Amino acid sequence: MTDAALPLQPGAESGERQQTQSTLARVVHYTGLRMVALFFTVLIGVYLTILIANMGGHVDDIRRNYIREQVAISLGFDPDIKNMTAEERREHAEKLVALQEKRMGLDQPFLLRSFRFLLGAMTLNLGWADNMSSDSGSRQVRNIILERLPATILLFSTTFFLSFFVQLFVSLYLSRNYGSLIDRVIVALAPTSAAPSWFYGLFFILLFAALLGWFPFGGLVSAPPPDTTTGYALSVLNHMVLPVTATFLSSIFLGIYGSRTFFLIFSNADYVDMARAKGLPDRVIERRYILRPTMPTIVTGLALSIIGLWFGSIVLETIFNWPGLGRLFYLAANIFETAVIVGSTVIYAYLLGITVFFLDIVYALIDPRVKVGGNPGGQV
Amino acid sequence: MTAIRRTLAALSQYPSAVAGLAIIAAMVFFSIYTVIAIPYSEAVNLWRGGEGVWLENPRTAMPIWVNLFPGVNQPETIILGPAGETDVDSVRKTREIVSEEITDVITTFTFDFTADEFPQEISLFLTSEHEQKRPLVSLTWLTPDGREIRIADVTVEGPVTVRFSQEDKLERRLDGVRPEIGLFADPASNEDDPRPLKGTYQLVAAGLVFEDDADVDARLVVYGQVYGLAGTDHLRRDLTLALMWGMPVALAFGLMAAVGTSISTLIMAAIGVWFGGIVDATIQRITEVNLILPVLPILIMIGIFYSRSIWVMLGALIVLSVFSSGIKTSRAIFLQIKEDPYFEAARAYGAGNFRIIFLYLIPRIIPTLVPGFVVAIPSFVFVEATLAVLNLGDPLLPTWGKVLSDARVNDALYQGHYYWVLEPAALLLISGIGFAMVGFALDRVFNPRLREL
Repeated sequence: MTDAALPLQPGAESGERQQTQSTLARVVHYTGLRMVALFFTVLIGVYLTILIANMGGHVDDIRRNYIREQVAISLGFDPDIKNMTAEERREHAEKLVALQEKRMGLDQPFLLRSFRFLLGAMTLNLGWADNMSSDSGSRQVRNIILERLPATILLFSTTFFLSFFVQLFVSLYLSRNYGSLIDRVIVALAPTSAAPSWFYGLFFILLFAALLGWFPFGGLVSAPPPDTTTGYALSVLNHMVLPVTATFLSSIFLGIYGSRTFFLIFSNADYVDMARAKGLPDRVIERRYILRPTMPTIVTGLALSIIGLWFGSIVLETIFNWPGLGRLFYLAANIFETAVIVGSTVIYAYLLGITVFFLDIVYALIDPRVKVGGNPGGQV
Repeated sequence: MTAIRRTLAALSQYPSAVAGLAIIAAMVFFSIYTVIAIPYSEAVNLWRGGEGVWLENPRTAMPIWVNLFPGVNQPETIILGPAGETDVDSVRKTREIVSEEITDVITTFTFDFTADEFPQEISLFLTSEHEQKRPLVSLTWLTPDGREIRIADVTVEGPVTVRFSQEDKLERRLDGVRPEIGLFADPASNEDDPRPLKGTYQLVAAGLVFEDDADVDARLVVYGQVYGLAGTDHLRRDLTLALMWGMPVALAFGLMAAVGTSISTLIMAAIGVWFGGIVDATIQRITEVNLILPVLPILIMIGIFYSRSIWVMLGALIVLSVFSSGIKTSRAIFLQIKEDPYFEAARAYGAGNFRIIFLYLIPRIIPTLVPGFVVAIPSFVFVEATLAVLNLGDPLLPTWGKVLSDARVNDALYQGHYYWVLEPAALLLISGIGFAMVGFALDRVFNPRLREL
């Protein structure tokens, strides 16, 4: 903030304060609506996932296995079972399984069953995994998945914030220094974003882990993990450098190119020339006259790129042995652990929904049109 | 036609676009060449044929051009025999009657070894023609400095393979040094860091046959550390095949996916805009749901549960992106041009809805979508590679992604087989950048607003 902008502040602020209340209400109303809409969107998405997964009866198999497992466990505690012959025991088990299947509704038509399963999937109540367990030893799908979530979110949010701010500031800088050497270099580098993050990851592993040995090949912490909290955090940071840089590089040049071009188009607008003519400093012009109208579009572009990032993470985590959701998904896929696969897909749907929801809130906060809609007399 | 010519003329002003077009043209040329030179069925047979097809290739050998680097002199594979097939100097076979029952069949292999590194392994493939009494072959190794090392004695019954590295007695005779090193090592060099002795080596396979018509044939393979233009993988397969076939597959997949997704998206957007009302609203809502659909996980699920065929994946990918976010962009443009008077004219002469959509509405905006379409091609090529890296590649076809996936599964980077990762990666990158450069230039040609900047 420069001094020249200060005289404008008081008037603008009092105007804004009056607006805040209605803006808040407006945003709450808007986000509430969006939340409901997104919830149904996620619901439909998960339902479609279930339909696809169950085309070959796979989800039913998960349920059946779950029932068998439950019956086997309950039989283990049954004192009568000791007096039975093997044949009788099996018959008894079959009877219990059939009873359970009826109770769980597996004999019902698929349409009804699919809704039951939808409820289970939405609450991640997917039963037990056959051949996988969480690090804490639980075989419940929910525990396995939730245990991996923090690692993914750590990696993902770091990358996201890094690329968001770098993209914003660098593209502003470039639009100011249009045609400079850096500008031309970055524009020339934009096509490199055709390659996904894991692809850069491979090169980074080759260069920095295999040849130079500066960073580890993969994983979350070194083995054995350091005892102290600081040591642990440093080790995690060290392991994060390569995957974060790979994701960052895979998206940054195209992102910068896109928003720089956008800023350039807007900085040629008449009202920006007017502001310049008034003698406003560059920073104020950028903040008020360029960033404001472009932000919604930038945020929308960001939403799309984030969705790409989520999917890229499946392979990125596999390449870097990062113990997150993506790697879990890969492992589950390789051993046909259906329950975990469906569960991870559901979690991804949730994550996408939540991401879009947060971006919607940001959108509502920054998009002048959303504000205007609720307050016709308000100033933009 | 003139439009295309004009576009090309405009493109030629961008050096990057010219480079990109050259890359694409080269790719198309090589793809056509590959498909003609190595037909589909032959490629699949070679790639899935197992180790038998590639018996005489070294394992995970570097490409031959590494020898062009200064200071690198890796041995190439030397294949000699059987007698009569290769030149007389290097394989000489003599037959000498010793007594009434015994005949000597002596095959001598002579070759020069000039590399600075040791070969990977040495194998001798023996075959015999006999009725009852099995021929006996004793193998002797002659080094350039005149040492004679006994390798092994073998009775030949059917085809026999003598793998020198698996001859324990030989290894003991060489003081515990692995045979492929011990046989070539310079006795004067340091024992901990042996250097190969350069010069002419000989292997004498002296066979004793006990029948008049009996015969023994031998074929010597000294597996090198380098092979072919692209090297080999862990199953001795020649990577050239996979890298060559990867190109038409990548092009076909990328192109078809890009065409399929952009056309279907375009049609959806046009239908929504033209009919408006509830149709438009429905399409909009479906697009929003589609945005949240986890596409890659769903593709992976399809790969696991149903089919890994590249064409099934292609179909699924297109179906999943019918309602992709591209609809919003096209919709905005359609909304603008829908108001043009000639649509009213079309309606006035009685054109049907679909005639208007397909003949008047869609062709109008195709040019503006061309850049995005070209840029999308490499991203679909990478989708294929991504699926392959997740072990969901096509079960039959060799693709770049499959090579990368094999390399990853076999810890290529960890073990220093860099070529294995670098070659498919470089091809993916070059093709991706080629399309992207053309796409970006097209973007400027079709969107004059960008050209001023």
